[in-house]
Amino acid sequence: MSWSHQDKCAIVGIGATDYYVRGKSWPRTITDLAGEAILKACADAGISVKDVDGFAYYAGASAGYVDKFDTGSLMETLGMRNVSFTAALTSGGGGSAGGVGLATAGLMNEDCRYAVTVMTVQQTPNARLGAIFGSMKPDPENSFLQPSGLIGPGHLMSVLARRHMHLYGTTEDALAEIVIASRQLALNRPKAIRRTPLTKEEYMASPMLADPLRRLDFCLETDGAVAVITTTADRAKDCRQKPAYIHACAHGAAREWGRAFGWMGMPDPEFSSSGHKFVADRIWAQSGLRASDMDVALIYDHFSSMVLAQLEDYGFCERGEGNDYVLAGKFRYDPATRSGVNGGVPINTHGGQLSEAYIIGMTHVTEAVEQVRGTAINQVADCEFALVTGGPAPIPISGLILRSA
Amino acid sequence: MSSSIAYGPARLLPGEQIHITTNPDTEPFWLAAKERRLTACQCGSCGTFRMPPTAYCPNCSSKERNFPTLPGTGTVFSYAICSKNPATGEDYVYVPVVVDLDDGGGTRLVGNLTGCNAEDIEIGMRVTVEWTDICEGWVLPNFRTA
Repeated sequence: MSWSHQDKCAIVGIGATDYYVRGKSWPRTITDLAGEAILKACADAGISVKDVDGFAYYAGASAGYVDKFDTGSLMETLGMRNVSFTAALTSGGGGSAGGVGLATAGLMNEDCRYAVTVMTVQQTPNARLGAIFGSMKPDPENSFLQPSGLIGPGHLMSVLARRHMHLYGTTEDALAEIVIASRQLALNRPKAIRRTPLTKEEYMASPMLADPLRRLDFCLETDGAVAVITTTADRAKDCRQKPAYIHACAHGAAREWGRAFGWMGMPDPEFSSSGHKFVADRIWAQSGLRASDMDVALIYDHFSSMVLAQLEDYGFCERGEGNDYVLAGKFRYDPATRSGVNGGVPINTHGGQLSEAYIIGMTHVTEAVEQVRGTAINQVADCEFALVTGGPAPIPISGLILRSA
Repeated sequence: MSSSIAYGPARLLPGEQIHITTNPDTEPFWLAAKERRLTACQCGSCGTFRMPPTAYCPNCSSKERNFPTLPGTGTVFSYAICSKNPATGEDYVYVPVVVDLDDGGGTRLVGNLTGCNAEDIEIGMRVTVEWTDICEGWVLPNFRTA
């Protein structure tokens, strides 16, 4: 049974600032960065920023991640006349693919006409993203975790990766492949932070930050802002760009995942998974599609090991076969044929968070839009369906399928 | 799989840099730890274990709870090898381990493991609790190879 709101809404505008190495966006303020992304997304859509009347965020009640702002200050600086929908998915970056699903909820409920989803990241010397867990005063819940010295997301993720290696024989060679392939796709992207080719030797020489994960298995830390405008399919006809239809979208997670690596209580096989199976099952049920029907997949890549685990959870391969799937190159993009390799589905054609920029999942959304429009730099030929994922993270995790018009 | 890198002895993080906080749901666990008694939260109605301790049993919604004394032994479920002290940044090999607790009904505890070289640690290793004095008079359960 297909989703009743399938293709009823579309992303019609995308906008982004330049991407900066962590901390280098100062003296621009976070509102300055967010405003640029929103104004560019409106211009791309061919609407006035004053037409925006909805805000659909993720990662808590306001945009930003380290620094914060909220709808009131954006409205004040950008001059929207009124706002009739302002809401956020809870928790963190796991909701990145689901923000436009929240926008769809606002649009389909006729709360708003044009909804913006925006993420802005700016780190300062006093607020380091990678150490956010470690810098927290231990609350009663994380007093069961933080004293062990698991202070950053990479520490936590390495414990899951170790279990995956133990259960399925997953190798560091597969993780190297993911990182090297990501880098290859960033080489021709003018805004990418890492634009030099990466060799296997360089990967192996990268220091172990939390064995079995190396520094190069961790994503970049960047500043910048990305925004997308979502509206109804009817209004999308009057916009400048070809619509990218919201074909399926879901967020959440099963109880077995829950607080995830903030808990470490997940049973096998969820423990070493990406926690995405619940969301994957929902979007496949909403759409009647499966992994092999995707033309491209933008897989949330904060850590290389979690890319491999997501390939399993979405069914690009069976659980435990991610290592062989990756080593067979089936996740790669072939620029000569503008398609996948060995019958696989190409992923992260924008270089992802490992190589281009880390705006907490939003670059995956904009790349999916460009792919279904047919305007991506590393364009997949005849791209009809693009998968976007958000997380693994504590609940919610999210997934999105965009369809070309 | 164990690590191919020679890290040397796995150390416990120094207790004087470790803080915890408690609330009425979690405090019985930490009060037992002060007496060097390893417990886990068990539903007083249906017997299901849960950790960390919470207000309700996720199985039957009962608020009745017990904190039975466990044997203080367990099995390494997974781990990471870290080489910088998170408080100081200095070189310091420590191994956060997730341990399946014996007689704990499937609950786990996260601590540091000591008693061998970090590169020799393996999933499935047997461990026993090792008590570490930490700040404000609390005591933290860590682990030593059995």
